[in-house]
Amino acid sequence: MAETAVRNFTINFGPQHPAAHGVLRLVLELDGEIVERVDPHIGLLHRGTEKLVEHKTYLQAVPYFDRLDYVAPMNQEHAFCLAVEKLLGITVPKRAQYIRVLYSEIGRLLSHLLNVTTQAMDVGALTPPLWGFEEREKLMVFYERVSGSRMHAAYFRPGGVHQDMPLQLIDDIYDFCDPFLKVVGDLDSLLTNNRIFKQRNVDIAIVKLEDAWNWGFSGVMVRGSGAAWDLRKSQPYECYNELDFDIPVGKNGDCYDRYLIRMEEMRQSVKIMKQCCDKLRSPAGQGPVSVTDQKIVPPKRGEMKRSMEALIHHFKLYTEGYHVPQGEVYAAVEAPKGEFGVYLVADGTNKPYKCKIRAPGFAHLQAMDWLCKGHLLADVSAILGSIDIVFGEVDR
Amino acid sequence: MLDMLDRLGATIQTALPGAVSGYAVANEELTVTANAADIVKVATFLRDDPACQFICFIDVTAVDWPGREQRFDVVYHFMSPRLNQRIRVKCPTDEVTPVPSLIDVFRGADWFERETYDLYGVLFTGHPDMRRILTDYGFEGHPLRKDFPLTGFVEVRYDDEQKRVVYDKVRLAQEFRSFDFLSPWEGTDYPLPGDEKAVPTPPSQPQPTQGNKLTGEPDKKVSP
Repeated sequence: MAETAVRNFTINFGPQHPAAHGVLRLVLELDGEIVERVDPHIGLLHRGTEKLVEHKTYLQAVPYFDRLDYVAPMNQEHAFCLAVEKLLGITVPKRAQYIRVLYSEIGRLLSHLLNVTTQAMDVGALTPPLWGFEEREKLMVFYERVSGSRMHAAYFRPGGVHQDMPLQLIDDIYDFCDPFLKVVGDLDSLLTNNRIFKQRNVDIAIVKLEDAWNWGFSGVMVRGSGAAWDLRKSQPYECYNELDFDIPVGKNGDCYDRYLIRMEEMRQSVKIMKQCCDKLRSPAGQGPVSVTDQKIVPPKRGEMKRSMEALIHHFKLYTEGYHVPQGEVYAAVEAPKGEFGVYLVADGTNKPYKCKIRAPGFAHLQAMDWLCKGHLLADVSAILGSIDIVFGEVDR
Repeated sequence: MLDMLDRLGATIQTALPGAVSGYAVANEELTVTANAADIVKVATFLRDDPACQFICFIDVTAVDWPGREQRFDVVYHFMSPRLNQRIRVKCPTDEVTPVPSLIDVFRGADWFERETYDLYGVLFTGHPDMRRILTDYGFEGHPLRKDFPLTGFVEVRYDDEQKRVVYDKVRLAQEFRSFDFLSPWEGTDYPLPGDEKAVPTPPSQPQPTQGNKLTGEPDKKVSP
């Protein structure tokens, strides 16, 4: 029989592909249906956030962080605020901490809801996104009611949060929690034992723990591989150490384990949210929502009308901003997608000298080649879904 | 905890004489300064030594200090889940001296080094795939350098006659405004332009001219 010339087939996956979760261009080299090589081309959503932040005062830099991982905006702001606060050496009042944690967990729900359901869509299920997005909508209303904006909140500010939240909002968030658990249960019943979903996810893209560390993975990607590692527990920030919650850990490190962890994390987040609501309503949770140092946090409007000094502070803070002492700091939060870190270098002026944004998705996506090698073409979208990529933060 | 970081820093410095030139603990964080040429040795030690176990790769980036002779600090972050500690390693380098790539020690360094090269122009040796990553195909320059303007040099638009996207020199509809809000109200120690005339230096001791930190111009002659 004559020998036929066999050559690998190269295809472009994206940048406009619904399963690419944004503007990802994957150059796939295929041997039949087997993926031989993956070359992700990123940067199509690069907006130069780090450069822009260098040209803005510390307060003006906050909104840029909403636009990184736009699925869970406040978690990003949180990392930046923690970094600035560490440099300034200030501690946020208790009430602000509860509000921050409450909204960080809402962000986690937003992100996990999007990820779990769209990953299910990537492997063929259509109902989960419809159910999940209904809940996301409610959560975004909570964002809007506290900050005035559904997504780009700019609500966490260095020193605390922008405004106090109304009592009714706390009640509504609390009332949201239990019915939401039922929705999670519904999603669970649709997916967890679903034959097709399991066939598409079990034993796909297995990550061993040592590889996970070596690749710089974090968050669910590490926990799926068996490490009980969560910055909220291991390096607690804000008031996480006084809250009661568990860290789900996977056994096999495959896509299915990562899905299960995300589902359980949603339940744990709800548990945290309920505790925060209780604390916010208790006497211990009353008080200011930002530091009272008027050199950092602008005065309330009512105060400005009566006090000349407050007016001056307001003017100074919104023109010159505040000066941050010289130094460098790395602050990280457990964002829904993994460790989101901000490396901030301050030179003593009112603008950051350098602000490096360490996005978890960037570290995860670079392993695409290694994760996909030897898998089938159809698995690429399942893997991409399970490493939870949002291009706002990958491209920055 | 600060004690522990101090001890850790001292351990690292004594274990790697020559490669590590110093350490500092600030803001509850340990920073180790290393020679750029020895970074692979340092990273391997940090990863494998039982007292360190910084097995988790976090980040590589650079900081640009245009005034210095070695203008870049390449900054590495690692984490040790066992010790529950983080470490920062800094290596000064310049535009032409390459830094050995860490990709054989940490696979995760791959894209982070590409990004550092892309945005700062720091060169890495031993990296198998040193292409640009975040900027456009065919982009020129290194945007995060301090001498790169915020508005860039080129802009893209769709040209209807040529039926394709073309690159133009950037045209600003309005002059780029950079406000200097640094005021003498609090915390500044540099002379504002014009202020140097207010404090005459005694004529007996000629002071070395310091120059204006903001503009880089030498001070004007002060008439007594």
